Amino acid sequence: MARELTYAAAIREATVQSMERDESVYLMGLGATDPKGIFGTTLGLEQRFGSKRVLDMPTAENGMTGVAIGSALVGLKPVMVHQRDDFALLALDQIANSAAKWYSMFNFQRSVPLTIRMIIGRGWGQGPQHSQSLQATLGHFPGLKVVMPVTAPDAKGALISAIFDPNPVIVLEHRWLYAVLGDVPEDRFEIPLGKARTACFGTDVTIVATGYGVLEAQRAAEILASDGISAEVIDLRSIRPLDEEAVVDSVSKTGRLIAVDSGWRTFGVAAEVVALASERAFSSLKAAPIRITAPDTYVPTASALANEYYFSTVDIVNAVCAMFDLPLKTDGECGLDPARAKDVPDASFRGPF
Amino acid sequence: MTRRLDTGTADELLYYYRAMLRIRMVEEAIADRYSEQKMRCPTHLSIGQEAVAVGVCAALELRDYVVSTHRPHAHYLAKGGSLPAMIAELYGKATGCCGGRGGSMHLIDLAVNMLGSTPIVGGSVPIAVGAAFGSSMRGEDRVTVVFFGDGMTEEGVFLEALNFAALKNLPIVFVCENNYFSVYSPLSVRQATGRSRVGIATASGLQTGTAHGNDVSAVAALASDAIARARGGGGPAYLEFDTYRWREHCGPNYDNDLAYRSLEEFAEWQTRCPITTLQRELVRGNDIDQNEIDRLSRQIQEEIDSAFAFAESSPDPDTSLLTRVFADGGE
Repeated sequence: MARELTYAAAIREATVQSMERDESVYLMGLGATDPKGIFGTTLGLEQRFGSKRVLDMPTAENGMTGVAIGSALVGLKPVMVHQRDDFALLALDQIANSAAKWYSMFNFQRSVPLTIRMIIGRGWGQGPQHSQSLQATLGHFPGLKVVMPVTAPDAKGALISAIFDPNPVIVLEHRWLYAVLGDVPEDRFEIPLGKARTACFGTDVTIVATGYGVLEAQRAAEILASDGISAEVIDLRSIRPLDEEAVVDSVSKTGRLIAVDSGWRTFGVAAEVVALASERAFSSLKAAPIRITAPDTYVPTASALANEYYFSTVDIVNAVCAMFDLPLKTDGECGLDPARAKDVPDASFRGPF
Repeated sequence: MTRRLDTGTADELLYYYRAMLRIRMVEEAIADRYSEQKMRCPTHLSIGQEAVAVGVCAALELRDYVVSTHRPHAHYLAKGGSLPAMIAELYGKATGCCGGRGGSMHLIDLAVNMLGSTPIVGGSVPIAVGAAFGSSMRGEDRVTVVFFGDGMTEEGVFLEALNFAALKNLPIVFVCENNYFSVYSPLSVRQATGRSRVGIATASGLQTGTAHGNDVSAVAALASDAIARARGGGGPAYLEFDTYRWREHCGPNYDNDLAYRSLEEFAEWQTRCPITTLQRELVRGNDIDQNEIDRLSRQIQEEIDSAFAFAESSPDPDTSLLTRVFADGGE
């Protein structure tokens, strides 16, 4: 039985069902037990499972990631949460040097069944160190899985898969997705990690997108449909393993590729997708692929700068229009208010987070 | 080896002597053969520092965990790690303890709960705390010992690890081998005069203790108390032992020609060799004689020769596994 849940509630349900199923699952993170409960995703868990299994932690990202790894090596299944991925950079030593490598550098004797949830994405004045999109950085390390669920059912299934995967898995959650509703099955289920999802089918152009960009790409596909262009949207879902077949199959079919990612342009996920298509679907390409990404600069704070920094649906639409030699569209023609602020999900947002 | 003995008996001292002599002879054999270019990995020898590993590990049970650093041979061997698997690892062979994927700095033997060693300074320390946290969460009767050097105490993660161990009253003993140098950099250029590492541990809420790191009995006595206390729920401890590395930071040679330390200092520490000191004591007490020493040495040398022969004759790793980075499974 499926019923409508928010993305945040789906994450919470995945956690509850995993902890009920397996006593070795525990959760820790700064603020995991506080009254806000990480956007509601951990609310009530301490009361339900006790403070030994649901715990706040010292402000020590690197050390505590090491602690989580050590506990995973002796039989536990830790779930760590970082309110922002920027803070998790403090733990990059343990993530990259220990978690990602332990299984292979010790000759496959012990793996590290560790899940690290990190929150990414834009928002109202968050600025250079509070709203980076680090999926490409994290995706660079062999041995580390990195997933970016977009829908509420995917959030539940991917988190359950991550918790029971024997490898370290980073789950990146875009902060603007928590309130998004979706039909979520009540029962415990898993989403295979490393498999993309076709968010909508099309024949003229492939839009490969990640995270929140998937929603913007889907909106772009709807607008393009009114011009008679059939866009296929591939929700990558997993940065690593990368579902190469899904990308190659779609590009081989459509011959056109737009790669959309909230990370930076250079050495980014979109660059990887374009390289993949160039190597494996070159003869199918009818036009040069286009990347739509954040520019190679720091995330700004001021709203005026943020409006310049972030891409939106209209940029995806116009990339496709340019490919087909069609006139470019305005915000208004895409149903967007030209005076809108791009650093809030909608007009109801009032801060401070 | 995880053999507990009555303290102060000749049996105990003979056990320490043999264990230290074995580690010394293994590492000297590595040094002698290193120039053959068959052990193609950075190798950090513990020669001169054997007493800390032996004294601490003698106080551990088989089920207890040990975690170590870039200089792990002594810890691994003292905990009972397989000698042939270690030598084969240095040779990069499939039969190595990491199947040739790690080398000298990555030693593991899960059969004796040597959980692993890694060379990022401070990297393995919070992992050891996590092992203790895991044991504690699972209600297991295990103590974890983590070895590290004086340089590690300059890393931020030192404080992070001490804090969490104390916060959760974890069964872990932190063992600092202070050999006064981080590579070629002396303590004086790295830590303020008067900086107290023990004081930092005390302030973090740990029990602490210090002893001369070349006096194996003193090491064992202090470690034994700390380990027993941790096992009984009395919380974590930080122990510090002064000792001295004889050979170069990394490699088989002596490096006093670089003049980063004085010959006087080096000579002074050589007079405090943990093995010859104990040997003198045993001879004086008629607990050992030259015949017995020769017999022990021959026995150890045979074991070492056999380990090297095993490594030399072992196959190379299977290249088809080169790109394997994920474990199968999940649900």
